[in-house]
This record gives sequence, C-alpha cells and structure tokens, in this order.
Amino acid sequence: MVGIVGYGVYIPRYRIKTEEIARVWGDDGKRLAKGLGVFEKSVPGPDEEVATISVEAARNAVKYAGIDPKDIGAIYVGSESHPYAVKPTGTIVAEALSCTTDLTCADYEFACKAGTAAIQTTMGLVQSNMIKIGLAIGADTAQGRPGDALEYSAAAGGVAILVGMDNVVATIEATSSFTTDTPDFWRREGEDFPSHGARFTGEPAYFRHVGEGARLLMRKTGTTIDDFDYFVFHMPNGKFPLAMGRQLGVPKEKLEDSLVVRQIVNTYSGSAMMGLARVLDIAKPGDKIFMVSYGSGAGSDAFIIRVEKEILNHRGKVPTVDDFIARKTYIDYSEYAKYRRKIKALA
Amino acid sequence: MGEQGVAHVWRKLRAIYNIEGNHCKTCDSYFFPPRLVCPNCRRKGQLEEHHFKGLGKVHTFAIVRQAPEGFKRQVPYIVAQVELDEGVRLTAQIVNCDPEDVEIGMRVRACFRKITEYGERGIIVYGYKFEPVLKVTGHPYP
Ligand SMILES: [Zn+2]
Repeated sequence: MVGIVGYGVYIPRYRIKTEEIARVWGDDGKRLAKGLGVFEKSVPGPDEEVATISVEAARNAVKYAGIDPKDIGAIYVGSESHPYAVKPTGTIVAEALSCTTDLTCADYEFACKAGTAAIQTTMGLVQSNMIKIGLAIGADTAQGRPGDALEYSAAAGGVAILVGMDNVVATIEATSSFTTDTPDFWRREGEDFPSHGARFTGEPAYFRHVGEGARLLMRKTGTTIDDFDYFVFHMPNGKFPLAMGRQLGVPKEKLEDSLVVRQIVNTYSGSAMMGLARVLDIAKPGDKIFMVSYGSGAGSDAFIIRVEKEILNHRGKVPTVDDFIARKTYIDYSEYAKYRRKIKALA
Repeated sequence: MGEQGVAHVWRKLRAIYNIEGNHCKTCDSYFFPPRLVCPNCRRKGQLEEHHFKGLGKVHTFAIVRQAPEGFKRQVPYIVAQVELDEGVRLTAQIVNCDPEDVEIGMRVRACFRKITEYGERGIIVYGYKFEPVLKVTGHPYP
C-alpha cells in the first residue's frame, strides 16, 4: 500500500522569545506567551529561505529512506514564502538532490496546508503507477507585519516526505479533505505581509475546518477517537490544537507529543507535518496516527497513518525533530530585524 | 539588468549545489572545481565524476567584519578553507557557528544556503556553505 518511505525535517538555529518581541512593542510578554501557548519561535538565518530549508529537509528524507534520488518522479513544494514569484522551488530542490530530468514538479500554495496537499498529489501519482517515488515538502519562512499578532507565531522550518509503495515506514491508510471559501487570512500579490480577519480566524475557520475534516474522515473509515494512538492538528499557536482536541474528545496524552508549537511555534506549511515527524520519531510499529492540517482560505486535509515495522530500520540516520529543537541560539529583536530584512537599508 | 549573472551561474549549478568534482583513476587524485584534464597525468589521466560527501574539517579561517555589498546583513561572519575528507580544499562560509566558536580542525558538513542574489529583480544564487556537524540522537525514547 502507499505510504511514507522516508521523511526529513529542518529547523533553523535561531530563536526569538515571545517576551523579547513583546518588549519591543510594549506588550505584556509573560501574559501573551501563556495566553497563546507560544514561548519562542524559530527564525531563519540571513542566508536561509524556503529553497534552502526544503533542500536540507529533502536531503535528510533521502538519507533516512536510503533511496536513490533518481527514483523520484515528482517534487511538489508547498509554501507561502517561495523565493521566486515565478520559478518553482522544486526545480532547485531537484538539482540539489541530483535527481534526473525525468521528473515533474510544481509549487503549491494553500496557506498552512500546501505541504499536505503535496502529499495527497504524490499519493495519487504513486498509486496510479505514474511515478515510483514522490517528494512532498511543506516549508515556510513566514513573516508577520512588525507589531502584528502574527509576528509572535510566524516561524521557519520545513518537512519533506517521500511517498512510495515499497518498504514504507508508515502506511497512509486514508485521506480526505474539507474545503470552503472562508476569508480568514490572505495576502495580495506584491504585498510583503499577510492580512487576517482577526477574531474570525478561530471558530468559523480553524475549528470548523479541522473539526469537520476530522469527523468526515472518521465517518468515511468507520473509526473513532479510540482507534488512534496519536493525534496531530495544525498548530497556529499553542492553544488551538488543545482546544480542538477538547472539542473532539481527544485525550490530552494522545496529542501532547505532536505539540512542537511550544518550542518553535507555527512553521506554516510545515506545521502539522512537523508534528507528524515528531510522532514518527517516537512511535512504535502498529501505532495509528490521525493528522489534520489546516490552510486558511480555507481547507483541511485529514490522514490516517499506520506505523510499520520497517521504521525500526531507518532511525538514527538523520537528526530528529528534537535534535533540531535542541540546537538553538537566542537572538534579540535587533538581530531578528537584521536577519529578516525588516531593515530595508541593508541589502 | 535582471539577466545579469544567469549564464555564468547556470553552467556551474550542479557543481556548486552538490560539490561535484572529479577523481582521476590513474593517480587517485580528487578535484574541485572539476577539471577538464588531470594536471598530474595529462593524457594518461582517467577522470570520472565524483560527488563529494561534504564532510571535512576547518583548515584555516578568517572573520569578516567589513563585508562587500550584499553580505552586510551577515557581518560578522566566518570564511574558511575547508579540507574535505577526500583531500580537496575549498573556500566557503561557515554558518550556524559564532565567530568565537570556530577553530582549526573543527569537523564540518556541507549545507545548502543562499550565496548571493543579483539585486531585487535578478536571480538568486544557491550553493554550499559549511556548518558544525549536528548531533544525531536518532531515537530519543525506548
Ligand atoms: Zn591523474
């Protein structure tokens, strides 16, 4: 059956604390951190962006899987911060993996769920025998307007997942999506920073789509909360996934391991996939994972994933999510502004 | 001048993305950047493509505090001569390392970074830099 043959992650080394951002804008940092459930976020270095993060994550995935990159037939990179407006990030990834030219690629954009949309596409191509292995990437170096609430949660990181039929470390048993036209968050062409519908982002957007998406897939597959060992929900902040879990009746201990949001915050297109990667780092063969991503605009992709024995043959080859979380250097707001080009005079 | 640098960069893409050079089967020497003929063996040389593993150590280094245009946001940064395990030396930036922590002999691995860009409208050039080797715990729980 179709499944994950390998996965790899990348998180930049720099972190800025919620309290440090709050200090600059005169907000109460302690209260904000506790309220949002976000304590520090990852920040890319001055020479890091979606193409470099995607390549690092993808190289880790190839090494983990032990596959020949020449077997990759499709690369889809989901992001809302692609380095070029026109020129696919996947072309750069393909070259940096030494793939062949016998390959298709495209960039995806669906706010924070573009990466899981890429997983679904590669599943289709693999199952219809059009390609042997597909590479799906979710990566972002998200930016919030200085002083905006999003500045506390817009973080950087990426996850690459190789989808194939042979020697899968986890089988993808089912997937379905839930999509509506909901203007909770957007960015117009040529604008540097996104806009959002503030309070509108909760109930009608995140909770409705993740909740309905989860119920839909359980109904389709005749499963219940009790059938799963781990749950992963998109993490725009530390509060939403916990509240979602409560609404659906998910025991807290089944959700806890995926909550990378506390240490690195929202990696946008990489967010739910980063939670999945952390669960795959620790899960046992036979464990069942239920994941729901969310993308503003809006939609959700739900997945049922079963961990296979094969996973034991691959661990220890590349850094885990926790390895990347542990590798960190704190920066202050002035360094953050310098790295993120918030100071326009510096090229 | 959006097209500036395009041809020059495009010819070298694969070599600088993946540290691809060559190896002479006759004298067992490695070369980066790739050579057209082996300088040791000349006509007797037998060159084959070689994808360097990207692992090596810092041979020598300098800290850049006065940077040229396009690199000012990164100041201060480390430029080093890295000796790859295959024996080839190349010049590259060391990232994910503070200037006070770099030392001769330090183990490093190649990583993929943005090198420069030709203005706001031009192409972006990517390639190798090096970083301290990252600890791999693999599987943190029993
Ligand atoms: Zn020779």
